[in-house]
Amino acid sequence: MKNTKNIVIVGATSGIAEHCARIWLQSHPANLTLIGRNAARTEKVAADLQVRNPESVIRIVETDFLDPAAIQQTAEDIAAAGTIDIVLIAQGSLTEQLDCQTDLSVCKESLEINGISPVLFAEAFAEHLLKAGQGTLALIGSVAGDRGRKSNYAYGAAKGMVARYAQGLQHRFAGSGVKVVLIKPGPTDTPMTAHLKAQGAKLTPVEDVAQGIVIAINRGQAVAYVPGKWRLIMWVIRHLPGFVFNKLNI
Amino acid sequence: MTKISSWGRLSAHKHVVTEINDRTQIPALLQSHHPGLAYGMGRSYGDICLNPGGVLWKTTKLDRFISFNNKTGILRCEAGVLLRDIQRLVIPRGWILPVTPGTQLVTVGGAIANDVHGKNHHALGSFGDHLLQIRLVRSTGETIDCDHNQQHDWFTATIGGLGLTGVIMEAEIQLQKVASAWLNTETLAYANLDEFFHLADDSEAKWQHTVSWIDCLSGIGRGIFMRANPIAEDSRITPKARQLTMPFMPPVSLVNRLTLYPFNNAYFYLQKKQAGPGIVYYEKFFYPLDNLLEWNRMYGPKGFFQYQSVVPRAVGKQAVQSMLKEIARSGEGSFLAVLKTFGNREAIGMMSFPQPGVTLALDFSNNGARTLKLFERLDAIVREAGGRIYPAKDARMPRDLFERGYPKLHEFLAYRDPGISSALSRRLIGY
Repeated sequence: MKNTKNIVIVGATSGIAEHCARIWLQSHPANLTLIGRNAARTEKVAADLQVRNPESVIRIVETDFLDPAAIQQTAEDIAAAGTIDIVLIAQGSLTEQLDCQTDLSVCKESLEINGISPVLFAEAFAEHLLKAGQGTLALIGSVAGDRGRKSNYAYGAAKGMVARYAQGLQHRFAGSGVKVVLIKPGPTDTPMTAHLKAQGAKLTPVEDVAQGIVIAINRGQAVAYVPGKWRLIMWVIRHLPGFVFNKLNI
Repeated sequence: MTKISSWGRLSAHKHVVTEINDRTQIPALLQSHHPGLAYGMGRSYGDICLNPGGVLWKTTKLDRFISFNNKTGILRCEAGVLLRDIQRLVIPRGWILPVTPGTQLVTVGGAIANDVHGKNHHALGSFGDHLLQIRLVRSTGETIDCDHNQQHDWFTATIGGLGLTGVIMEAEIQLQKVASAWLNTETLAYANLDEFFHLADDSEAKWQHTVSWIDCLSGIGRGIFMRANPIAEDSRITPKARQLTMPFMPPVSLVNRLTLYPFNNAYFYLQKKQAGPGIVYYEKFFYPLDNLLEWNRMYGPKGFFQYQSVVPRAVGKQAVQSMLKEIARSGEGSFLAVLKTFGNREAIGMMSFPQPGVTLALDFSNNGARTLKLFERLDAIVREAGGRIYPAKDARMPRDLFERGYPKLHEFLAYRDPGISSALSRRLIGY
């Protein structure tokens, strides 16, 4: 096995992705490709990671996150540069459910950035991983994708789409050397959830969530709830009968 | 609104907490919300980091490094980076933060705003002495790059500037070369203040780090003196990090008259018995309390004060002696009591705390009026001695003592940001 891993992060300015990268670079140098919508913001993440691990080679790719042709080209270029070990797809934006209801363009944006964009990237990279016969494709879903709830079903539906897509890819790649990991973080303390925190929500530190993700990717776990307690909580929520669930204000 | 306390847990007022997630947001954020105050780890003890009913700009997510030159040891980072993260990054590469306080769980911005000092003040001064540049954002949205040459007045106003000159966005720090993460230490018992001063004077030339634990209830000033130097070559394995958390808040302070006498006695004799040379890992030597997260809970729901003063050396012995007598008579106090001599150097900041002399720092459980009465008697001694009190630790010093202790206050006020206010600034400056 080669020592230096080739890691690709889509949505590299996401708080969770950035902390995963910090953990990956903590012990070993890596070849890191950071894909972002905004090069200036991605640059800051890259500079920080470079200080943390000077021996790593860090590349920045700026691309559109919804244009299928651009996504395909990006994946192709990166795959052509060398065999990929890990792809982490992490972009996301937590829109207010109420805004999605009153303004359909917000609703559309939420579905696109949280659902369509990640699955397009997954599909684009899946092809190349399969060709190489190895690698791990990790997608960040959410506990919100497990059951539609009135407080955030637009975001939840998009994340549910990611989950179903990951499931399909797992089925397709069964028996191949490629692993697909679906990660379902609970509410995490990142810039994305700042407004939840202001409302007094209890959030898991992003460092802990990132640690859980890195472990799940190492193991090639099919579905990973981070922290693990959410597996149980969401099992209960999924199995609540409608007449009970509908009375809950969640 | 979120309830926020400082390290002393004396209050838990509601604040509007706004997280800063990206340094480029700062100018816009400052213009839209004020008056506010930058808030990092909340490790200052009193009200310097609080702004009850107002806005706190939380800086802990400003935790990115910007550049590091391994040849020159110059590090540039955002203000919310923890000193711990710097140490863990640079020590394996042969560099170390020249000055750190007794905890590494503080942000760079907080270390600058309080111009913190450590056990090596006599050798290397305070945190501000090793800064090369500060990037400051004013609530007008203006960005000021200040250093030893450019905008030098802003530089000296912001170092030790109580967070009142603007929000620190970035800083450039000159690190110090270090060969090892381990220190050669020597522990010695002293029976009284004469012995302490003798040891301190004797150690300054040859030892980079000196500090002492003092038994604040003995009345005679006995204690344990510790001195250390980094070892020349590193051949040891990094010890496993061990981290505990104070699991609950006891209903009353665990530090009280019943526990304090036996604890101090036992600690003194145990340390005395174990006195001698040793080799200690830097985290254990510099930040002994960081292993127990939330140790401030042991003082119970009413919280605690820290009283830290510095008095000039010429009157140092009498002043410390008088303070110890008052404390012993009151029966208040704590086992967390530190006595240290500062080096003979003026700090760079207009409002920096360190000055030539001797500094005494003590924790006190909050016993209400009884504790505050004792502080008044200690204030009188500090005032008489021409000393000052450390704002980073303070929640109650009288305004006249602040004004006397910080003669450059008037000059400093010209650099205040009108969009920034803290509980401390309102208490001691009036707005």
